[in-house]
Amino acid sequence: MSDGDELIVPPDVVYITFIRATPLMIWDALTKSEFTKQFFFGRTVESDWKQGSKWRLVMPDGKTDVAGEVLISDPPRKLQVTWVVEWLDDAPKDPAIITYEIEQIGDLSKLTMTQHTDAKIPRKFLEGGRQGWAAILSSLKSLLETGEALTIKMNPPE
Amino acid sequence: MDTDEVFRALADPNRRALLDALRERNGQTLSELGADMAMTRQAVTKHLAILEAANLVATVWRGREKLHFLNPVPIYEVSERWISKYERGRLKALSDLKKALESEDE
Repeated sequence: MSDGDELIVPPDVVYITFIRATPLMIWDALTKSEFTKQFFFGRTVESDWKQGSKWRLVMPDGKTDVAGEVLISDPPRKLQVTWVVEWLDDAPKDPAIITYEIEQIGDLSKLTMTQHTDAKIPRKFLEGGRQGWAAILSSLKSLLETGEALTIKMNPPE
Repeated sequence: MDTDEVFRALADPNRRALLDALRERNGQTLSELGADMAMTRQAVTKHLAILEAANLVATVWRGREKLHFLNPVPIYEVSERWISKYERGRLKALSDLKKALESEDE
């Protein structure tokens, strides 16, 4: 067993980015496929984004990447969802909780993404998650500010 | 965020040590961070304020505790600014080679 297979409860993650856009533009970017497919590794989203509804993150080939439930929906300020990775066989089946909070500060909006889980996961997923979220949030910022997302290529954890 | 602020914040070994401590264990209080550092509490407070202003550290209140989290998004944005999609593949190959060679020595 390599170090990467060791099971640990990951610490919470809090990522913040300041985006020159309105909170509603950020809300739309997070919840509409026309935007997510540009900055979220080509993924589309499916949900009516109402509290209690299911939601899915769908890969370009139509397979489900992530599925979960909408816990809090308060557009354009707060969206909280459960997050279960479906496509990796050894991914944790207990949901993580992802929270997006959007706050207007002058002509910028502050987007805070928080990830929390109580479940143990293999250590190797930590690094991919860290890099993945930094890439996704940077790409979202670039898309909203310049009209162009970043071109990002990442491989699943080895 | 201001790119200058990110570079200024990173241009100090104590502040980089604080970021490394958070990378090792995310979500620490000021006291916890201070315990591992060869710095006074005042120095840790000052450096954390600079890191927070540069958005390299995010803070969250849990009850009466202020927890500090590593926020790598601005570092990613700075690197994206100069690394094009064509160079990324080559840099990844070099970094993989370096890792492979260094692990052979262990």
